[in-house]
Amino acid sequence: MRKYIFKRIMYMILTLFIIATATFFLMKLMPGSPYANQAKMTADQRAIMDAQYGLNKPVYQQYFIYLIGILHGDFGTSFQFNNQPVSFLISSRIGPSMQIGAQAIILGTVLGILLGAIAAIRKNTWVDTLATFFAILGRSIPNFVFAVLLQFYLAFKLKIFPIALWDEGFRSSILPTIALSMAPLATTARFMRTEMVDVLNSDYIELARAKGNTPWQTVAKHALRNSLIPVITIIGPMAVDLMVGSMVVENIFSIPGIGDQFVKSITTNDYPTIMGLTLLYSFMLVVVILIVDILYGFIDPRIRLSGNEGSN
Amino acid sequence: MEKILEVKDLQIDFDTFAGSVKAIRNVDFHLNKGETLAIVGESGSGKSVTVRSIMGLLANNAQVTSGSIDFKGRDILKLSNREIEKIRGNDISMIFQDPMTSLDPTMPIGKQVAEPLLIHGSMSKKKAMARAEEVLELVGITNAKNRMKDYPHQFSGGQRQRIVIAIAIVNYPEILIADEPTTALDVTIQAQIIDLMKELQNKIETSIIFITHDLGVVAGIADRVAVMYAGKIIEYGSVDEIFYNPQHPYTWGLLNSMPTLDTDSDRLYAIPGTPPNLLNPPKGDAFAPRNPYAMAIDYEAMPPFFKISDTHYAATWLLHPDAPKTEPPVAIKKRQAEFQRLVAEGKINQPEYEEEGGVKDDAE
Repeated sequence: MRKYIFKRIMYMILTLFIIATATFFLMKLMPGSPYANQAKMTADQRAIMDAQYGLNKPVYQQYFIYLIGILHGDFGTSFQFNNQPVSFLISSRIGPSMQIGAQAIILGTVLGILLGAIAAIRKNTWVDTLATFFAILGRSIPNFVFAVLLQFYLAFKLKIFPIALWDEGFRSSILPTIALSMAPLATTARFMRTEMVDVLNSDYIELARAKGNTPWQTVAKHALRNSLIPVITIIGPMAVDLMVGSMVVENIFSIPGIGDQFVKSITTNDYPTIMGLTLLYSFMLVVVILIVDILYGFIDPRIRLSGNEGSN
Repeated sequence: MEKILEVKDLQIDFDTFAGSVKAIRNVDFHLNKGETLAIVGESGSGKSVTVRSIMGLLANNAQVTSGSIDFKGRDILKLSNREIEKIRGNDISMIFQDPMTSLDPTMPIGKQVAEPLLIHGSMSKKKAMARAEEVLELVGITNAKNRMKDYPHQFSGGQRQRIVIAIAIVNYPEILIADEPTTALDVTIQAQIIDLMKELQNKIETSIIFITHDLGVVAGIADRVAVMYAGKIIEYGSVDEIFYNPQHPYTWGLLNSMPTLDTDSDRLYAIPGTPPNLLNPPKGDAFAPRNPYAMAIDYEAMPPFFKISDTHYAATWLLHPDAPKTEPPVAIKKRQAEFQRLVAEGKINQPEYEEEGGVKDDAE
């Protein structure tokens, strides 16, 4: 197992290197420059600015300088956000994004798994239809619509939760968490239902019933775990997606998160911030995929074994 | 001979989009204590549905429209879900067809074998695991002690079927239902599993209902045989009576399509045609359209059971006193001659079962 994880980490580093390279050159291919008032600048002014930020060097040189910087833990300085170092920029804002993202993914997947399982057990009844209906709603309505509705009814009308801002700790995070959890909830529920219907039709479930298990015992002891195996694979990428923030929802609730920064950095050609955030996003994705694969082994004994054999 | 299970006039329909499929049509049979009853018939004849109704494991769209299944003075069909769950895996248990898919892939086998004990008994977990290990040893899993924590994929098909059998017998059930337990196995493993089941039957004193379409397997294990066709039992008797003195043309067809050592033809016989659609079951004998011996009345009226011996009954108009004398196929005639010889020499144990109430009378 240790050998397997070591090998996987080596691959992760390679993956991140390739992503960094690809992003760097793609970014350089984008038209425009980081300067907002470019039209008014003279050629001299521009040359001075370029020299200051190292943008006058050939692209490949900039690339190597950037790589060396990364190896020293230096992700550069943002062009846009008050010349703060990118690492500080990200670390000071990633907290709220990760918190609501993690909360949303936990809420969404747990409820989604339950909803999907119930729909599968009560297949083709009104319960199933209702669950499907909600899943389609959750999937097709954008999260900012939920955000606004929640804000209006629960915060503005009923005054149960704060309307916005990030100043009441956990209470501030509840509404954005619910808004963000709808999409993963719906996706997980649909996925879980399909898997569970399959599993419930399998021979070992019939054998479990033949042992004298009640229908609920059968689900708890045999069906749930087996249905979860494929569902876990989709949870990983969904989690990363949410944890790096959702710009619109963060804006609606005035959360000082990272989602909104990512979009701004792209529209303004803020190269170091784009690179920093892309690398962060990729890093989280590969880590989550590794975690999912390890989790997979814990849940599915067949994979645990083949994983070991693969590493030997 | 004590009856442990008695099925009377069982009728099961399946609701489908096309209409109501009459899958089981007035089936009667009983199981004597300690015996092995084989139910044979081709796919779709209703064997599995019949035994699943005994387990209370029918599909959701199945409806029992009439009949009773008497087990220890109680009608299984009238029990609540809770009550039948107490019987399942405890008094009556089942061995499934495909060992490759019958075990939970994510649970260690020791736990799977111990599960029925934990569901039904007040046994501690430790005791249940010890018993599971014992039973695994009994069904021939070598080194069971060290394999309790292994998962199904670490066993071969034959071993997995042994584990499935261990699950079925761990509570020493009174009735063991085996639904084609050897179909998915290769022939050498089949023989081992049959031997194992015979051995276990003696050890744990259980009665077995054995479902199969393989007559070769039947000969090896059964005491009595019931032949099913299109949702009905059409002939039943002791294993010798069915093999050597068959009366129903369908049983003749089945026996003829099984190669024997003295089959001299290069071609294997196959019964022509296909079974009837049970959405609209035929009025008369369902086998009539495929039966070269069919008479006019076969299309008009369902034949009642005619008695051949105390234990042997067949539902075919050929046995009616007014029916014209027919000559069965040559191979069957050979079998019947053999039967006469064996009876004369006293080599066939003329079955000692008595005729009992569950048996239909000659004429209706």
